[in-house]
Amino acid sequence: MAKTGMLGASALSAALSGCINISAPDEPIVIELNINIQQEVIYRLAEDAADTVEENADIF
Amino acid sequence: MDEKALAVREFGEKVMSLLRKIVWLSAAALAAGTPAMAQTSDYKAAKAAGLVGERVDGYIGIVGEATPALQDIVNDINIKRRAVFQKKADENKATLEAYAFTVGCQSIARTQPGEKYQAPDGTWKTRTSAPPERDPRCP
Repeated sequence: MAKTGMLGASALSAALSGCINISAPDEPIVIELNINIQQEVIYRLAEDAADTVEENADIF
Repeated sequence: MDEKALAVREFGEKVMSLLRKIVWLSAAALAAGTPAMAQTSDYKAAKAAGLVGERVDGYIGIVGEATPALQDIVNDINIKRRAVFQKKADENKATLEAYAFTVGCQSIARTQPGEKYQAPDGTWKTRTSAPPERDPRCP
């Protein structure tokens, strides 16, 4: 019984002392969605673009 | 105005319209025909000489001093490329810029040693046997 009580108390104290502090950063958070979206698009288009270069050899 | 006069007038108008069409079509054929053919070989020569190079955005640019002749070549090729890019972009449900940029990745990768290409920082580089410097987004 005592052992269980000890365990319960230590778990409680760990929960109490392990609080997380969040401070707001000075710089605004900018998420560059544009770059990710474009890279996805570029990967999707890559094969078609390679075909375009080969099919239009007179202008490449 | 009697019927005969009206018929003559109608016939005259038809002939004139046909003549206008013939003149317009021959002018268009002249404009689109031989000079464009000549410019393709001019472009290939300018490319081999390193006077024009592949830009990051999928079009070509003048590397050194601009001359009217080089400007003509660059404009001609870029107008034709843009038309192809627009068609392909529509087919692939992408923007013109994204499609053109993807082609730029490809055409820079395909440059031959000695040819010019634009590095991501905007400067002109001469292609060596090593891989070209490309935008990190290129596949």
